[in-house]
Amino acid sequence: MAGELNVEVVAADHQVWSGTANIVVAKTTEGEIGIMAGHEPVLGLLVTGPVTVRTDDGGAVVAAVDRGFLSVSENHVAVLAESAQLAEDIDPASVEKELEAAGDDQAAARWAQARLQVAGAR
Amino acid sequence: MGAQLRELRRRIRSTESMKKITKAQELIAASRIIKAQQSADAAKPYSQALVRALEAAASRSNLEHHLLEATGTPTRSAVLVVTSDRGFAGAYSANVIRQAEALTGLLREQGQEVRPYVVGKKGANWFRFRGREMFGEYVDITGKPSYADARRIADDLLEAINTPTEDGGVDEIHVVSTHFKNMVSQEVRARRLFPIVVEDVPDPLHRIEAGAPGGMSEAAEAETPAATTPQAEDETFPLYDFEPSAEEVLDALLPQYAGNLVYTTLLDASASEWAARRRAMKAATDNAGELQQNLTRQANAARQAEVTQEISEIVGGADALAAAGSE
Repeated sequence: MAGELNVEVVAADHQVWSGTANIVVAKTTEGEIGIMAGHEPVLGLLVTGPVTVRTDDGGAVVAAVDRGFLSVSENHVAVLAESAQLAEDIDPASVEKELEAAGDDQAAARWAQARLQVAGAR
Repeated sequence: MGAQLRELRRRIRSTESMKKITKAQELIAASRIIKAQQSADAAKPYSQALVRALEAAASRSNLEHHLLEATGTPTRSAVLVVTSDRGFAGAYSANVIRQAEALTGLLREQGQEVRPYVVGKKGANWFRFRGREMFGEYVDITGKPSYADARRIADDLLEAINTPTEDGGVDEIHVVSTHFKNMVSQEVRARRLFPIVVEDVPDPLHRIEAGAPGGMSEAAEAETPAATTPQAEDETFPLYDFEPSAEEVLDALLPQYAGNLVYTTLLDASASEWAARRRAMKAATDNAGELQQNLTRQANAARQAEVTQEISEIVGGADALAAAGSE
């Protein structure tokens, strides 16, 4: 194995998660992408949805991201998003309400759905 | 005489309660500075990573983006003025407004039309009182700015700059806000947000802005967004693969960068606002203490005078009685 990845998941106003991992799975506008140690440098735009980080001890950290992007260089992965929330921090009940309130606001609705999906998959 | 003493005692009591209020305000402000600084620190990882990614994307694409480079002579500018929602902060808002006026004058001299976007009730009221048109007004956010607020402001500004000039859009976005240097020193800064100043050397306009009068403290150094934007040619970036393409990544990153810039500016201004408020309230508390001391002295003198007068009246009365008795 080429080593491990340093991963940070950062939202606009705070750092959501950071640590080392084996693999990071995210979905860019071009399709799903899996990053392991030794990956070539990439800058990709992420679609609103889940990002999965598999840690060394076999656990998985799942976060929902909105308007984010992914930057990989020298075994450092930065997932940056205007909004990002870990699966365990998501409160499905309040997100449901947001979804109802979103109405015609497609972006808000998508973000709410992404979070529900992440919370549900946990 | 007795009335004067009563009046003095009443004033001492009211000064005392005023002092308590300003003292409380001072303590609140001190704790809010720390909170604002913590938010600023929490936002740092995002800013840094964003700037790095932006540099990488900008170094690869051909840089022809209206947010990156000015096209032609600017004819219209948006100026974001960051003031406070509440008073009791000394000259905080006044300083920002003065600097904004200086910048407005400067831009007008260059033949530009200036559109104010105002953050904070104090600034909004100032513009409204003078019957000036505001193109954006954002209130009730300066105490504790959230990213959503910054996003809203940035979206409005971006919409303005993305609209062609002929259709009423703007060519440049400037911001006048207060920078938190440390607990005792904050300075008002005027900066150009977009188009981003790419060169190492700040352009003439920039230098004039930075040196414009009205700063809260000593002359502003010409620290500009240039310091955080593509400038270091000697720094090499890894050859990134872009998904979907460098141009599209750049298109998506720039609005995020704008949001981040506005957000960090608001946080910086918020910390400054609380620091200014703390200082103003500390001065008020000190003054109240001094006033109280003076009033107490006066009250003591008045009390003493009253006692002396009573004694001399009694003595005088006794003398008069004694004189009357001996006759």
